[in-house]
Amino acid sequence: MSGQDPALLRRLLRAKDRMEAASHEDWPISRLARVSGVSEAHFARSFRDAFGLPPHRYLLTRRIERAAALLRDSDLSVTEIAFQTGWNSLGTFGRTFRDVTGESPGALRARQQAASHQLDRAPHCFVSAAHRPDLNIAVSEKRRREADANTSGSEETEVP
Amino acid sequence: MSQGVGVVGLYVRDQDEAIEFYVGKLGFRVHTDARNGDYRWLTVQHPEQPSFQLGLFAPQPPTVDAATAQTLREIVAKGAMPPLVLVVDDCRAAHEDMSANGVEFTQEPVERYGAVDASFRDPSGNGWKLIQGR
Repeated sequence: MSGQDPALLRRLLRAKDRMEAASHEDWPISRLARVSGVSEAHFARSFRDAFGLPPHRYLLTRRIERAAALLRDSDLSVTEIAFQTGWNSLGTFGRTFRDVTGESPGALRARQQAASHQLDRAPHCFVSAAHRPDLNIAVSEKRRREADANTSGSEETEVP
Repeated sequence: MSQGVGVVGLYVRDQDEAIEFYVGKLGFRVHTDARNGDYRWLTVQHPEQPSFQLGLFAPQPPTVDAATAQTLREIVAKGAMPPLVLVVDDCRAAHEDMSANGVEFTQEPVERYGAVDASFRDPSGNGWKLIQGR
């Protein structure tokens, strides 16, 4: 959506930058609104208009991106990675990770470590951003659609 | 005369503010500052890179129409312009100096793969990576 004041956009960008820099921290709307100098009532809508997704979904993509990078590049356990990237529960981390990326943290680690990396020559930060999940719907919506797809799929097989 | 890229330009929201940032805070020098009516051709140069100029241009008529200029200002302010990389000998030292000058860092120096990198933005929203040369 266009038509936003560039000065406001620049301040919203600051909130996005701060979430990116410290995605393991808690980012309640009140904190984000303060960074941007916007009222809490307007922050979420303004952020979504500017960047195409709600602030907390952006934070989620960033956490998943970091977790995926740590799975690929470190020897930390999945539990350690979950807590380092901002989850309070290993179960929630595993479920959300699978819902967003389509595979479990362990499966992604095994696949990534087996593959050779074509992107080794690009600066790490850009490579990392390229691997950020493109989460254009809410995780709950994604789950619902996948459940529907499974249901309709099984129905189809029953119809001759 | 050697061949190659001579000027690459950025869009900035305010050219005076951009000089204050790129010259005053980052240590670039003004190479060309030429005005013609409202139009201003402004380029700066890294002190160690005399063959290259960084253009600091305002999106404005007549080079683009008013509506396009507004769109470009929005895109820059959202941080959606392509990545820029500034190479330094010592990332941590540069980060310290630049922070003291009031540069807005979006990522503190991090060591990975044997190199150190940090990130900052100019006042307009253009994002720079600060990378220690290997």
